[in-house]
Amino acid sequence: MKILGKKNIITLIIILSVYLVVGLLMNIGIIDSYIQLNMVLIGVNIILAIGLNLITGFTGQFSLGHAAFMSIGAYASGIATAKLGQPFIVGIIAAALCAAAAGILIGIPTLRLKGDYLAIATLGFAEIVKIIGLNNSYIGGAIGLNDIPQYTNWTWLYISVVGTIMLAYNFVNSYHGRACISIREDEIAAEAMGVNTTYYKILVFTIGAFLAGIAGALYANYFFFIKPDTFGFMKSVDILVIVVFGGMGSITGSIVGAVVLSIITIFLQGVPELRMVIYAVVLFLIMVYRPQGIMGDKEFKLFNKEGVLDGNVSSK
Amino acid sequence: MEMLVVNNLYKSFGGVKAVSNINMKIEEGQIVGLIGPNGAGKTTFFNLLTGIYSPSSGDIVYKLNQEVSSCNFKPSKMVKYGVARTFQNIRLFKDMTVLDNVLIGYHNNFKYNLFTSLFRFPSFFKHEESAYNEVIDLLKEFNLYDKKDVLAKNLPYGEQRKVEIARALASKPKLLLLDEPAAGMNPNETRELTELIKWIRDEFELTVILIEHDMSLVMDLCDDIFVFNYGTLLAKGTPEQIQHNPKVIKAYLGGE
Ligand SMILES: Nc1ncnc2c1ncn2[C@@H]1O[C@H](COP(=O)(O)OP(=O)(O)O)[C@@H](O)[C@H]1O
Ligand SMILES: [Mg+2]
Repeated sequence: MKILGKKNIITLIIILSVYLVVGLLMNIGIIDSYIQLNMVLIGVNIILAIGLNLITGFTGQFSLGHAAFMSIGAYASGIATAKLGQPFIVGIIAAALCAAAAGILIGIPTLRLKGDYLAIATLGFAEIVKIIGLNNSYIGGAIGLNDIPQYTNWTWLYISVVGTIMLAYNFVNSYHGRACISIREDEIAAEAMGVNTTYYKILVFTIGAFLAGIAGALYANYFFFIKPDTFGFMKSVDILVIVVFGGMGSITGSIVGAVVLSIITIFLQGVPELRMVIYAVVLFLIMVYRPQGIMGDKEFKLFNKEGVLDGNVSSK
Repeated sequence: MEMLVVNNLYKSFGGVKAVSNINMKIEEGQIVGLIGPNGAGKTTFFNLLTGIYSPSSGDIVYKLNQEVSSCNFKPSKMVKYGVARTFQNIRLFKDMTVLDNVLIGYHNNFKYNLFTSLFRFPSFFKHEESAYNEVIDLLKEFNLYDKKDVLAKNLPYGEQRKVEIARALASKPKLLLLDEPAAGMNPNETRELTELIKWIRDEFELTVILIEHDMSLVMDLCDDIFVFNYGTLLAKGTPEQIQHNPKVIKAYLGGE
């Protein structure tokens, strides 16, 4: 449990080496721009899925509107960088804060709702966000927002993804995170043990939205161009599918889910008419044979209890 | 000293008067038993004591960590006031380990803030470690240490009840409410539980209110007994007095 323990130093070395090696491969062209584009998509999906997993997988609050937070982030960063000429860091912070504010806003009224009702309310919220986007001429309405500077690069992407994973992992493995899991398990018992369920539900909505805002900024500042439809209902479903596929309540699961499903999508791009079919079949098989998702609620751990490297799947 | 005062407490659900006209004073350090037939309103009374329901009329006043009355009860604040409970139909966090279940009981005793947990500042490790040590000690006292990494749902029934009590104790309450702690236990487990409850009272200097159908446990443990019948208080007294109270014998003990 030391900050500068052997475990943490090794982890740090691994994180830095991956960054440097991949950066190098990009520089010498082994990782071409097509792969880079897909890496951005995967990274964005990892951030989105981890955020939704905190809300749905760990805390048990069903949400069908996660793409709305991404949308708010994408537009916030788009406006900051394209219209106001601010640097990317300002765009990212604006994206995260605006989306987080929306998370608080949606969190407060929907707290009384459970299960299906909450899902419908978040769906409604996402539609409202989309309709506001479609009708606001300042941000281009249905045509979308153009000419967003391409600031998203390997460094921004890597910092965001690794930062998200580490913060989420730290959160889940603290008493705050355990309180969230206890709400999923039994809300009445959690309250009786002193867990302020209202506070934690708003908190996870806010954290999830904050992360989705960052994902939105990375997306907008990579693809130059965003429009409200990009962040519609199907995008929310895509994120939810990653979470369920990877495993509700597993951060590693969300990473695996985002990578595997993105790769499947990439390979099926040549046959778009087959894509949805094969995608559906994969999901069907997972749900039938492994309903808890690839990872269940387990995490992949690099270290065993003594801090020795031994890539192990262990329970939280 | 009186730590709990209940005045003219009523609770009805639609037409059902689940609890009516309850008056009660409970002294510090006692073990108090609530008995009565099924449907007599005992669990409803516990739910009123823990803010899960609010009274239709009347009130409840605690003088524990602070003086607080039922108009200010909120379920998640009861632990702060010094009240912890278990549930008749066990409510463990099934997919969490025994250790994590009991750590949730410790929730309000954690002091580090959100940013400390996100960035793992040094106080994170300090607090987590001391919480871990305290909880581990508690588990050892409950003979649950070997099971600390077992998911709660995989424990036998008797041990689940024990984990629930340990979880409640981890909150460091002044008043412990146990709703049928011996339900579903065999005579051996019940005897062990009886000793455990006595030990808890002495070790943690608590007041205990327990609902129980097992008369041997109630008569052995309790200083005072309240008999519920159709939502009202039929009688109160020491085990001796209750055993010889004709009203109680008629209504509840069936005249054995
Ligand atoms: N939430 C509720 N809604 C309606 N009726 C309830 C509710 N909770 C308890 N009751 C009723 O109150 C009465 C007392 O129940 P309860 O307190 O569970 O009794 P006991 O614990 O003594 O067996 C019963 O008639 C029960 O049906
Ligand atoms: Mg009952």
